[in-house]
Amino acid sequence: MAQQMSLDVNGHAARVTVDDPETPLLYVLRDDLGLHGPRFGCGLGQCGSCTVHIDGQAVRSCITPVSGLKPGAKIVTLEGLGGPDKLHPVQAAFIEEQAAQCGYCINGMIMQSAALLNQTPKPDEAAIRQALAQNLCRCGTHLRIVRAVQRAAGTL
Amino acid sequence: MNAPTLSRRSLLLQGGALVVGFSLTGRDALAQPVFAPVATNGFSKPVAPDQVDSFLALGADGRATIFSGKVDLGTGIKTALAQMAAEELDLPLERVTVVQGDTALTPDQGPTYGSLSIQKGGVEIRQAAATARTRLVRLAAERLGLPAEALVSENGTVRPKAGGTGITYAELIKDGRLDLKIDPAVTTKDPATFALVGKSVARIDIPEKITGRFTYMQDYRVPGMVHARVVRPPTIGAELQSVDETSVAGIPGVIRVVRQGNFLAVVAEKEWAAVKAAGQLKATWSRWEGLPEQDKLWQHVRATRVTKDDVTSSTGDAESALGQAARVLEASYDFAIHTHGSIGPSCAIAEFKDGLLTCWTASQMTHALRKQLAAMTGLAPEAVRCIYVEGSGCYGRNGHEDAAGDAALLARAVGRPVRVQWSRADEHGWDPKGPPTLIDLKAGLDGQGNVAAWSSQFHVPEGAAGNVPLVAADLAGLPHETTMSPGNIIQNSALPYAFPNVRTICHRLATTPFRPSWIRTPGRMQNTYANEAFLDECAAAAGTDPLDYRLRALKDPRGIEVLKRAAEIAGWQSRPSPAKEASGDVLRGRGLSYVKYELNRTYVAGVAEVEVDRRTGRVRVPRFFVAQDCGQIINPDGVRNQVDGNVIQTVSRVLMEEVTFDRGAVTSLDWTSYPILTFPDVPEVVIDLIDRPTEKPWGAGEPSAAIVPAAISNAIFDATGVRLRSVPFTPAKVKAALQAT
Repeated sequence: MAQQMSLDVNGHAARVTVDDPETPLLYVLRDDLGLHGPRFGCGLGQCGSCTVHIDGQAVRSCITPVSGLKPGAKIVTLEGLGGPDKLHPVQAAFIEEQAAQCGYCINGMIMQSAALLNQTPKPDEAAIRQALAQNLCRCGTHLRIVRAVQRAAGTL
Repeated sequence: MNAPTLSRRSLLLQGGALVVGFSLTGRDALAQPVFAPVATNGFSKPVAPDQVDSFLALGADGRATIFSGKVDLGTGIKTALAQMAAEELDLPLERVTVVQGDTALTPDQGPTYGSLSIQKGGVEIRQAAATARTRLVRLAAERLGLPAEALVSENGTVRPKAGGTGITYAELIKDGRLDLKIDPAVTTKDPATFALVGKSVARIDIPEKITGRFTYMQDYRVPGMVHARVVRPPTIGAELQSVDETSVAGIPGVIRVVRQGNFLAVVAEKEWAAVKAAGQLKATWSRWEGLPEQDKLWQHVRATRVTKDDVTSSTGDAESALGQAARVLEASYDFAIHTHGSIGPSCAIAEFKDGLLTCWTASQMTHALRKQLAAMTGLAPEAVRCIYVEGSGCYGRNGHEDAAGDAALLARAVGRPVRVQWSRADEHGWDPKGPPTLIDLKAGLDGQGNVAAWSSQFHVPEGAAGNVPLVAADLAGLPHETTMSPGNIIQNSALPYAFPNVRTICHRLATTPFRPSWIRTPGRMQNTYANEAFLDECAAAAGTDPLDYRLRALKDPRGIEVLKRAAEIAGWQSRPSPAKEASGDVLRGRGLSYVKYELNRTYVAGVAEVEVDRRTGRVRVPRFFVAQDCGQIINPDGVRNQVDGNVIQTVSRVLMEEVTFDRGAVTSLDWTSYPILTFPDVPEVVIDLIDRPTEKPWGAGEPSAAIVPAAISNAIFDATGVRLRSVPFTPAKVKAALQAT
């Protein structure tokens, strides 16, 4: 049954029509709202490439049914975290460290790290590695990613 | 035409007009529509590999567009190729745009594999650019009435060396056409004058990737497009017996269930409806159990029919020297079946319109894919256009091309542009696999412990680096290749050392359990693993330090240098292995390995440090040291990024990875059943790059992966005195090996 929903995405109200209440948030963000930040990687919550912030928490949008969102939940994607004109400190640090190869996982790395720094502004290297333990990268960019998070935290 | 790609869009924004069209009248003899050549600056753009205009276009706005057949798979070559072209054209980097892998626009420079993008692709672009610059200087000389030697090109202009006003490139060639053959003997720039090559220029794609503005293949959209998911057979050889279309009738937006032979897919207006329908569709398939038992894989490989033997090296008389040796060593090594493990499952879009097929694809080989799609659909190759859109890293031939085949079949069936997005299980289950590799080695040592005889036999599938058959063509019974293409997997079976008696043979097998293809460093990794680990066994038997043992047998000065420099950064202590300090629960060791890639290019030596927990059998690699000489370096930071990637990805493959299967299909269908290395276990990578600006540039995307498996095996031996000869070195295998001693 088609259902109208209003979502707060990157500070804007977005109205979407959803056929199935079980539709994962990822598909609404990508297919209905045309966002490129959150990425489809596994659909199982295993890799982290779909990560978004919901009320400041890093959440896997591929296993988050859109109907389960709390009314008024604030959704932020990589696009909303910061743009070319106003980079988020984590984004700036990723560019500084050239912390990407194919970059497909990088959305999750940045969103997870930004959430970490919100709660723990000065994590040590081991804490960063632990916080990203459930985010997969296949290209082997891990070391640059860790350095970028350290740089953003001002601990490099 | 359809929505332009990002690269096309940037091209359209330039001064030069670009018109893309197609003709319904071409190739009269076939009476079949074909794509008309693309017009740039008012003339048909050539793609022939001997024409300068095939590789570059100089716009009226002072910008240059480079047309590269090699594509950026996430390795940074788009930036590196722009550096090479800008350097040779004397243009600022910001004034160079790179268009990649569009069969209508870019020359066929061969697939993007084998660490050849700079070495071959970049060098061809460099020659085209140097030929163009030489012509521009000559045109300016005619205009100014001065000898060419009196002129200099810089910043997009040619001006007298003595001073005075220059003429811009755009003024020199008003219509942007050079109409010139590439001069392979053209004088390229003196490396001493390089302004861009050799510099760690920031990657041009990274800011968009970091801010969510980049358009990956998975993000690409075409007007009127619909979404599809494939429904693969539950076992590799199952036949489709029946489909119950009513099982998905209740899902809103489902357009069609497409069935052709054993090919099955659902097409829907929205992506989630396609995902849901694919999961819900009821179909009946025949039973099939054609795979070997996994725990008898190596017996199966050994029993597979050999179709031919490739003798990859033969020096002296290895057989009789083995008979006369003071001591003979013998061992067998094996290396598991691996999947590419791209983080983004494969995706493609295809559109049939007026008898023409356009396919947007992340394929590493759009020109070859075009021929495959033509064969599959019965179209002329000229009626097929493949346009590269960067996808998730593929590390070889993953599922990108297969998704393109799926999309082509479905677009024709439903008459609308179709986007096919594979699921995680589709990717893990149906991408082609790195084949199992089994290697038997024998060495004869003389009285001093030196290798007097070396004999090795590699059991590997037949075939080379051709086209891997498309899954859709196979399942639907459409024309496709019937030969295997595992890559050039016999490379580096021969040795880089000067031993007196050597014979290396590759037994080429008629079959292998899964459709094979190449995964980063195919064959060179497995073969170097066996060679360098077995050589370490010889060094240990001789009671000699592994570095000294290699240096004794190596005559190549560049090889000697990487070995010495790797040892230096690793703080290598000269002593034989094992370390004999086996106290405590965690044992530490170091291992060395060396490769001269394909015995004719990039040199790499590396040292692994390991920690082995003898209670659990768990191996950690805390640090890995690499010294690399890939000749002239284009972008040092890009090379470092690749070396990091090679080491980390290969540590994962060596310690953890193995495709699992039952008698019918792959069973490791997600990241829980096929785990890869995660942040807490990623080693520090210490790199020493040797730049040789006056030498040829060689590949950097693969070679450093080749040394990783043996370095780890050797380090585990150094730590424990136990030799691991079966990748992956899982805790269970390590524990069993430790308990056996």
